[in-house]
Amino acid sequence: MKLTRFHGGVHPSENKLTSDKKTEIMPAPAKAIFPVSQHIGAPAKPIVNIGDHVLRGQVVAEPGGFVSVPIHSSISGEVIGIGEFPHPLGRPVTAIVVENDGKDEHADFEEIDPSTLTPDEMKKRIQAGGIVGMGGATFPTHVKLSPPEGKKIDAVILNGAECEPYLTSDHRVMLEEADRILAGLQLLMKILNIENGYIGIENNKPDAIAHLTEKAGRMKGIHVLGIKVRYPQGSEKHLIKTILDREIPPGGLPMDVGVVVQNIGTAAAVFDAVVNGKPMMERVVTVTGSAIKNPKNLLVRLGTPFYEVIDFAGGLTDDAGKVIMGGPMMGIAQYTLNVPVIKGTSGILALNKKDVDATKPRACIRCARCVDSCPMNLMPNELVTAVDNKDWELAEKLGILSCIECGSCAYSCVGKRPIVQILKYGKAETMKAKRKREEAAKK
Amino acid sequence: MAKKVKIEVPEQYQVRLSMSASPHIRSSEDVPRVMLDVLIALTPAILGAVYYFRFKALSVMLACIIAAVATEFICSKWLFGKRVMIDDWSAVLAGILLAFCLPPGIPIWAAAIGGFCAVFFGKMLFGGLGQNIFNPALVGRAILLASWPVSMTTWEQPIDGVTMATPLGIIKEGLADVVPPTYFDLLTGNVAGSLGETSAVLLLIGAVYLFYRKIITWHVPFTFIAVVLVGSAFAGRDPVYELLSGGLILGAFFMATDMVTSPVTPLGRILFGAGCGLLTFIIRNFGGYPEGVCYAILIMNATVPLIDKYTLPKEFGQKGRKAK
Repeated sequence: MKLTRFHGGVHPSENKLTSDKKTEIMPAPAKAIFPVSQHIGAPAKPIVNIGDHVLRGQVVAEPGGFVSVPIHSSISGEVIGIGEFPHPLGRPVTAIVVENDGKDEHADFEEIDPSTLTPDEMKKRIQAGGIVGMGGATFPTHVKLSPPEGKKIDAVILNGAECEPYLTSDHRVMLEEADRILAGLQLLMKILNIENGYIGIENNKPDAIAHLTEKAGRMKGIHVLGIKVRYPQGSEKHLIKTILDREIPPGGLPMDVGVVVQNIGTAAAVFDAVVNGKPMMERVVTVTGSAIKNPKNLLVRLGTPFYEVIDFAGGLTDDAGKVIMGGPMMGIAQYTLNVPVIKGTSGILALNKKDVDATKPRACIRCARCVDSCPMNLMPNELVTAVDNKDWELAEKLGILSCIECGSCAYSCVGKRPIVQILKYGKAETMKAKRKREEAAKK
Repeated sequence: MAKKVKIEVPEQYQVRLSMSASPHIRSSEDVPRVMLDVLIALTPAILGAVYYFRFKALSVMLACIIAAVATEFICSKWLFGKRVMIDDWSAVLAGILLAFCLPPGIPIWAAAIGGFCAVFFGKMLFGGLGQNIFNPALVGRAILLASWPVSMTTWEQPIDGVTMATPLGIIKEGLADVVPPTYFDLLTGNVAGSLGETSAVLLLIGAVYLFYRKIITWHVPFTFIAVVLVGSAFAGRDPVYELLSGGLILGAFFMATDMVTSPVTPLGRILFGAGCGLLTFIIRNFGGYPEGVCYAILIMNATVPLIDKYTLPKEFGQKGRKAK
């Protein structure tokens, strides 16, 4: 198949320290924390009370709307707290805390032959399973599978690019769970009633490409593709561009070009939910970085506090300087380690003080590396000036709302300027100004 | 009913963690490294200048550098109250580049004034590194040329120091009794001219290094030179002679490519380079000066904001759906 190149991108050192490390199963935590917001959309609503006994796989919070999913307990035990807890995405969020009784009793999971299910019934089971995108953006999967009338979908792409340095969780899932992934992909194709499913994997994972190609064998309509190693290859927009040469228009979604993109792990979770009736209760997390004594890939129960996960990987070195949820390009720095593993936690990255970038920013010398590296083909330097001048109309005209915050600009900036931080702020303010203008126009 | 349960973090995990927005890793390239790369690229030509013009070259270069760095230091520290960033090598670079377009016989005090003017008027008054519109070194040269036209146009032959017209001057003045230098002399720099613009070979070695380090792209220098060559061919002048003499190579690879004062998009750079080439051709053929590279670049510098505005890249997806 002919692949397309996208403009820009960067190639940071890959640092995949844990590619060859088999996923280890981490024991369940003593206490697990389940935030009601682990997905994009309305937060779930708690339906348990303090003192309730819950089972592994039992729903502890109901979806708060269509664009929302339920939250399940990943352990059995007693609910000991409901309230605001630190959350890896920053602001404290309502969470349900369960104390492990060590019995691991689980709820009844209803197994079913998927050939007896209609697409709508399958989507219901996917939502009931609490399935969201596991690549990090955590968009509810059943919503992606429900395109509005008139949007014709003709392809589904599984995202196995894993373009973030350090992370290897998707890589391991592809090597260890190929059957579940492929079964999940076939279910997704059935739900969307389409012929073609693609799996895009960066060429730095030749074993995963070979393994999935072999497993897919002559499965009808499934294409396993090795794609160029270039960050942000795993961005939906750029994966679609690479594989199908379609460009999502500004402000649009994959469905606007007839595509649904799902993370590799999400496909496996879809299989669990649809066929086994098993909700999302655990995920593979890469625990890695220069400040982790023994980097590993771990199968972790959702709700496990970060410090327990890090402890299982040998603990932090003495010179630990920064702990990040996700990869080094888009991950979020943590200020405390009692935040829980959530559905979007693909990795816990700990960097030592030497690796923590602390260079003071210098002036922009217009070297244009940000322009050259922007995969959205924007002019980050001009956007920063617009934001500095609080000129939101200009910022919007220059496409600030299309910025995917991939960090390629800031990575390559010779002035070490905090471009992404400035653009994130600018995006929020531009949205505000836009809404204000639209409201004023209505009056 | 809400009850607060505290999740205690074991003591060994109560670490002071630094917080910052993503990305958490940066490329190893930074501003000082970029400036240093240009200085490294200029080194062969610096050595060439010292070989051809001896102590004069050394003293002019030092005067320019010291004046430039001192001006930046004083301006940042006392005049404008900014962070002193002379450690980024940009003032040193401005000094060297200025020295490169001065005649070797220029008085030391004039060179120093040039260094001051380059940094003060060319850079600090605009707000410092990155804010200036015009190439600081060329600003310094333009001011010197307007102020001390005689010293600025008295050229001498390398090594023996005999007063001599520049190759382009010979053509401009139609000096029939002077034999123009050979291509070989032009390539090696054995001709009269500014300190750094004499040897094409030494400058090109540096240019290759700049390409290798990805400090410059082909767009500006190649269109710049191509337009001058085509123009001279049409005007009936020898294109090879035009290329190798004067400041074309220095200007095209080291001055017009100055990041701060050139466009940021490939298309913008092509327009900029073409404009530089056209103006150089016009000044050389129809202007009062034998050489036009300096003014061509300065004039094109002024058009950069405009070029940037009209060469906005097309945003991803603006072409709309390609196939369905």
